[in-house]
Amino acid sequence: MVQITELSFRYGEPERGEQGFALRIDELRVAAGESVAFVGPSGSGKTTLLHLVAGILAPDAGHVLVAGEDLATLDDARRRAFRVAKIGLVFQEFELLDYLSVLDNILLPYRIHSILRLDGAARDRAGALAERLGIGDKLARRPGSLSQGERQRAAVCRSLVTGPSLLLADEPTGNLDPVNTGLVLDALFELTNESGATLLAVTHNLELLPRFDRVIDFKDFQPPPAARS
Amino acid sequence: MTGPLYLAWRYLVFHRVKAGILVLSISLIAFLPAGLNVLVGESAAQLRARAEATPLLLGAKGSPLELSLSSLYFESREPAAVPYDEVARVVATGLARAIPLHVGFRVASHPIVGTELAYFAWRGLVVAQGRQAAMLGECVLGAEAARRLGVAPGDAVVSSPESVFDLAGVYPLRMRVAGVLAPSYGPDDRAVFVDVKTAWVIAGLGHGHADLREASAASSVLRKENGPEGERIVANASVKEYNEITTDNAASFHFHGDVSSYPITAVLVVPPDDKSRALLMGRYSAPEETVQVLRPIGVIDDLLGTVFTVQGYIVAALALVAAATLATAGLVFALSIRLRRREVETLVKIGGSRGSIAVVLAAEVVFVLLCSGVLAAGFTLATERLGGTAIRNLLLS
Repeated sequence: MVQITELSFRYGEPERGEQGFALRIDELRVAAGESVAFVGPSGSGKTTLLHLVAGILAPDAGHVLVAGEDLATLDDARRRAFRVAKIGLVFQEFELLDYLSVLDNILLPYRIHSILRLDGAARDRAGALAERLGIGDKLARRPGSLSQGERQRAAVCRSLVTGPSLLLADEPTGNLDPVNTGLVLDALFELTNESGATLLAVTHNLELLPRFDRVIDFKDFQPPPAARS
Repeated sequence: MTGPLYLAWRYLVFHRVKAGILVLSISLIAFLPAGLNVLVGESAAQLRARAEATPLLLGAKGSPLELSLSSLYFESREPAAVPYDEVARVVATGLARAIPLHVGFRVASHPIVGTELAYFAWRGLVVAQGRQAAMLGECVLGAEAARRLGVAPGDAVVSSPESVFDLAGVYPLRMRVAGVLAPSYGPDDRAVFVDVKTAWVIAGLGHGHADLREASAASSVLRKENGPEGERIVANASVKEYNEITTDNAASFHFHGDVSSYPITAVLVVPPDDKSRALLMGRYSAPEETVQVLRPIGVIDDLLGTVFTVQGYIVAALALVAAATLATAGLVFALSIRLRRREVETLVKIGGSRGSIAVVLAAEVVFVLLCSGVLAAGFTLATERLGGTAIRNLLLS
């Protein structure tokens, strides 16, 4: 599902005196349906890698192939279309829009990209997902009136409503208590297992790691000190 | 495209207080110059209509504006008086009809207008209830005056005391309401019309009292003298003066001195044609002339010229306020976009293009401007529809 080769990426411009940050991955392959946890210290590039895989960022060098598509070779419009159709994103801070109802938040991808058609089937899918995640009775409410766990479950619904083959989760339980952490993770694993979607998740919670098929420590991707400067 | 528009609409609905304030501010600032224009235009039209319908005014020398406002709209201070024989003087020229006016007293806040029956025919005023005043002490009320005073034919109204502490001054006169005029939607609606002689009675120039020749009035008689004009009776202060004119005491009412010298505040001069008007104005233009004859439309146009100049200043001030309002609205939008940076980033991350996000933000501005435009147009339409009535009520108040 995801194939990364000879990837290098650098933030900042050291020649202009800016503090640089670099990520270098020689090779990384994630099979379809696999669940992988990314761990490592803050600033080690976990979120950056998710953004590179999502096509939000473009690598300085190397290739990121998702479902056989090299995102770097696509123009901006096609890359966005690919992302909205194939990739679901879950954020630590939920990133729900406070002025939309829970249902409208779940259906947000359909509102911002014309490649997706908002029809009855999409609404039914949103409703069914919300029921599965225990927020079916809260579709008309605003995110502000939900608990933290309910908000993240709404965000998970949004990430899955388009039926993506790849789910990228950036610390999805970082702001949740243990009970909600369990609920959200259960939902993520259940739904990705059912759909056969691949799950890449960044987490600092080491207790969750046994649930993933594979754990990748980002200490392995740190360039040698000479390459950082 | 409907997706971004939907998001913009939902954002404005969620932030409806902020959006409402913006819409109201912009719509008001757009409406105010147009509304002011409509109101000033309507006021000017109504003021001019009355002035145009009044060919010439004769009054004491002094402020033409005071004379016009007093005689046409029954506003302003009471102008200096001219003698009643100015009416005869105009008629004697053979160039115009003349209608006397005495404006100075009030019933509550309503002006008492002393005049003659010719005034009603000339202004096109018709009696809707009751009849015309037929005897001294009767009055006919404008429709608005009758409504506000809550009186109908057969009731009575009392003139306001003009000088409470002046024992020799003006005493209130109780007047019977003979009729109520049909609405004319002008200053006549709020007036109380009396015969000019009734106005003189209110002024204390005519009075009625017990017959001093009767035995019952003996205690009020100071002395009796015989002169060339017959018996002259001098009374003391105990003589009873009537404050209401009835059929029983009407005969006792009389005027002392030469009525032709009694005061009126203006003469409405109605020449049959432009030539007669020009000739009349020429006759009254001599430097030694003690009265002035003026064309009210000229006076009102001068007044409106000043009003329009002031309106220009107000519109210029409104333009500055509009610029400040739009700048503030722009700032609100700019700050709003800054505050929504995370939201924009989220939309980008889940697949939204910069273009569609720009459409969301621009649609919010367009919605606000659109709603403001519709509201401002509604205000302006309402002002155009209701402005005439509002101005009439304002002029009547």
